[in-house]
Amino acid sequence: MNIALVYDIARWEEKAIVEAAKKRSIRVEPLHLEVQPLTVGGRLPVEADVYLQRCLSHAKALSSTIALESMGARVVNSSKAISVAHDKLWTLVLLSKAGIPTPRTVVAFSEGSALRVAGSLGYPVVVKPTNGSWGRLVSLAEDEETLRVILEHRVYTNNPFLKVHMLQEFIRKPGRDIRVFVVGDEVPVAIYRVSNHWITNTARGGRAQPAPVDEELRELSLKTAETLGVEIAGLDVFEDPERGYLVNEVNAVPDFRNTVAVTGYDLPGRIVEYLAHATRR
Amino acid sequence: MKSRCPICGREAILADDVMPGEVVEHDCGVTLEVVIDGDRVLLKPLEIGEDWGE
Repeated sequence: MNIALVYDIARWEEKAIVEAAKKRSIRVEPLHLEVQPLTVGGRLPVEADVYLQRCLSHAKALSSTIALESMGARVVNSSKAISVAHDKLWTLVLLSKAGIPTPRTVVAFSEGSALRVAGSLGYPVVVKPTNGSWGRLVSLAEDEETLRVILEHRVYTNNPFLKVHMLQEFIRKPGRDIRVFVVGDEVPVAIYRVSNHWITNTARGGRAQPAPVDEELRELSLKTAETLGVEIAGLDVFEDPERGYLVNEVNAVPDFRNTVAVTGYDLPGRIVEYLAHATRR
Repeated sequence: MKSRCPICGREAILADDVMPGEVVEHDCGVTLEVVIDGDRVLLKPLEIGEDWGE
């Protein structure tokens, strides 16, 4: 069998996937999008049983997955899953409908309504765009005056997505959140992302530490993945002192270098084995 | 495999299995992207995209 690796930039993760496949005598066909156009409904550019989507650019990940699917390719994750996971609002809507606990979230479409509704959520309140990664443009408003300043900055940008204000209750996390990995119907590994800062992303300086996966977290993670249709994913989970686990975001092309470094778990190997198994089903 | 850092001009040694689009750190501290153009292996400064992420 062989796997096509769809990518724009090859980082540690993509190289590790190639190495893991080699060790298992699985052939990897690199599909570097910088040099490979894709014809809608045309012939697949490389022969593969399954296409693993690993683009760092969200726009390229989504568009290339849609194009490859039009050619009949089985892409992991699917275009629908990537699209849903990238949209933080859509993700929370689907999770909430499925009964999965999430932070209380309100979406407001003007500065005035955002200011009015923030009072009901209570300060501090988190303000974030409906899409984006690595904690970019996620802000914490300690009070109404700070929120007013954040919103004013957003209103005067040219980005229409920043004029949709996603407001979220601030969860008093125990100085960490949990990054949980789902691969198929397994939850093989998780890490704590520890930080003195309220944003705990490792891309923003959060320290990775191995985290246990108890039965509740395992079930919650699998239900989340099933609800969004993601096969390989990194989930961001908060620990609320009263409500327990809350799923905040889901990443359909997850980074995992730090996870492998601190846990020693062969996540690239597990991903490759999953893809090999998935194509045989 | 050898190339040249476009920032400091010094030689850059690359792994034999280097991939097009691969991110490499040069000794001078710059993060570079590998560009393979036929037989030539070039390096260019990595430009981070606005929509990059997980």
